[in-house]
Amino acid sequence: MAVVEAKNLSKIFGKNISQSIKMLDQGMTKEEILKKTGNTVGVNRASFSVEEGEIFVIMGLSGSGKSTLVRLINRLIEPSEGSIIIDGKELATLDKKALRQVRRQKLGMVFQQFALFPHRTILQNAAFGLEIQGMDKTEREKRAEESLNMVGLGSYLHQKPGQLSGGMQQRVGLARALANDPKVLLMDEAFSALDPLIRKDMQDELIDIQDSMQKTIIFITHDLDEALRIGDRIALMKDGSIVQIGTPEEILMNPANDYVEKFVEDVDRSKVLTAGHIMKPPETVGLDRGPKVALRQMKEFGVSTIYVVDKKKKLLGYVTAEQADEANKEGKTIEDVMVTDLPTVKADTLLTDLFEPMADQKAPLSVVDDNGRLIGIIVRGSVIGALAGDEQVLNGNGEVNGNG
Amino acid sequence: MDKAEGALFPKLPLDQWIESFEDFLTTYLSTLFDVISNVIEFITGNFVSILEMIPALVLVVVVALLAWWLISWKLGLFALIGLGLINNLGYWPETLETVSLVIVSVLISMIIGIPIGIWMSQKATVQSIITPILDFMQTMPAFVYLIPAVVFFSLGMVPGVVATIIFSMPPTVRMANLGIRQVNAELVEAAESFGATTGQRLGKVQIPLAMPTIMAGINQTIMLSLSMVVIASMVGAPGLGVVVYRAVTQVNIGSGFEGGLSLVILAMLLDRFTQGFNKK
Repeated sequence: MAVVEAKNLSKIFGKNISQSIKMLDQGMTKEEILKKTGNTVGVNRASFSVEEGEIFVIMGLSGSGKSTLVRLINRLIEPSEGSIIIDGKELATLDKKALRQVRRQKLGMVFQQFALFPHRTILQNAAFGLEIQGMDKTEREKRAEESLNMVGLGSYLHQKPGQLSGGMQQRVGLARALANDPKVLLMDEAFSALDPLIRKDMQDELIDIQDSMQKTIIFITHDLDEALRIGDRIALMKDGSIVQIGTPEEILMNPANDYVEKFVEDVDRSKVLTAGHIMKPPETVGLDRGPKVALRQMKEFGVSTIYVVDKKKKLLGYVTAEQADEANKEGKTIEDVMVTDLPTVKADTLLTDLFEPMADQKAPLSVVDDNGRLIGIIVRGSVIGALAGDEQVLNGNGEVNGNG
Repeated sequence: MDKAEGALFPKLPLDQWIESFEDFLTTYLSTLFDVISNVIEFITGNFVSILEMIPALVLVVVVALLAWWLISWKLGLFALIGLGLINNLGYWPETLETVSLVIVSVLISMIIGIPIGIWMSQKATVQSIITPILDFMQTMPAFVYLIPAVVFFSLGMVPGVVATIIFSMPPTVRMANLGIRQVNAELVEAAESFGATTGQRLGKVQIPLAMPTIMAGINQTIMLSLSMVVIASMVGAPGLGVVVYRAVTQVNIGSGFEGGLSLVILAMLLDRFTQGFNKK
């Protein structure tokens, strides 16, 4: 079920907004509207829905309207038009009191510059959300402490934010948002102000937290690598409009237009694509078959090696054409001649981790599932093709076609 | 209507309008003015009486110790010497009256000014209405306030306090407004994003963070009110101003200097006290 759903959400800054909305509906661009009316289009009819437990990344360059969009989700900025539904409740029409309730119970927000209250201790900062809900002191401080422990700051409770490093401050920001146990976490460029190394730690930690707590996270960033790294799905924004929504792979390999294509041009694909994306259906022969069958199949498929599997499709090894020929001549079985020492990878192994095993051996890499069953093979050409952005080497969604 | 010499048009009877407005106020609101007058008279009078009950030596030592304890030993020493000097010169009762007038005026300025400042910070329209009024209050020559103050509250301590409040309140209002508006927008957003009410946002985030600026405004108000209570001696407000005013009318340079010096000592003490609080 969608936890957050935006429909036709627009924000226009300026006067006489209804006229500008009409212009948007007529399909005029942000620049044309600015020229004609002097109004700035912050967000242009954005529609998306975020599923429960998903990390949904909204990404775009500065001025693309992403920070405005995230503030429309909790109505820190009033939408000019459109609807925003949180957990089944329409937010755009709520009165102030009801809006506060939604903010208190369903939404937590983490800010780019941390937005910690400098006059309060770390503990008081983390307890802020609970404090304004009127929770009593011992209970809220207990919960805030748990939340701080979770981000590894349990020993800094009585310090002031100014005494902490940037990375630690943002952990407090995260703890403060999590202390309320919100359903949706809004993160506005939350890691952009941090050093690259600390940023990576925080990204990992966020993914861990998301795994264990199953929060729905809407994450704003201008950093494509960050988006590809943590996003289950990514919405790419330009000039206030969402130009493409998709999984990192879809965005990378199947850009919706020139803008997206240019955007993803320099991405290190080897850190996004996995073995599952580029593997091919394997040619196999059963262990109980003789070398003659193996030879005939190799000839039929036009390959020089064939994989040997048992009846349950479990990978046992491979034989080359020469080995099969030799077995055939000397009356041996496949089992006698097959090579059993072969490295295997999993479907979710990143491309960047395939280079080493691939360099060590001549035969294609085999991809196995958790039960050791062979599900695909990877030839060098596919790896190179994928790095070059050749869409044809991809098999769609990371799954091997059953009968291919 | 008459034309003033060299004027393009007959003169607007602005002075007459103001006077009839004043007539209107004195006729219909005299009860209100009486009440205000009695309240101010009561508070200030009692304040002076209490201070006068304390022996001078005790008061000097207490203030010096407070200055030492709260701010620094240097200020403590300054208080001891400065207040001792005032006492020695024989202006102790006048000093107590001046201090009382200043404290009462400042307290009333704060009670009225801070809420107005907060209100201004929340609404752009309120700000755009009040700002020109504050400009008017601050740029009008201080003496002019004495006239309506006398008309509404006759002579003595009360018109002095009222004129002082009008003259010295603007910095408190302005700085409260400014301080709250200057709080980092992201912090305000953070408070709102957690579902804070306006009161919670102000009380837990904005006002605490605006405190240094608000204190700076109060400091300004204290300094302005100190200068105004001297001027207010022209309408019969008691205190050091009377000493100075009398010296001016008699061209008595000696007692003029003594009175002036006492005021300077008082001003420095009050200034350092409030600034010191601000730093803590």
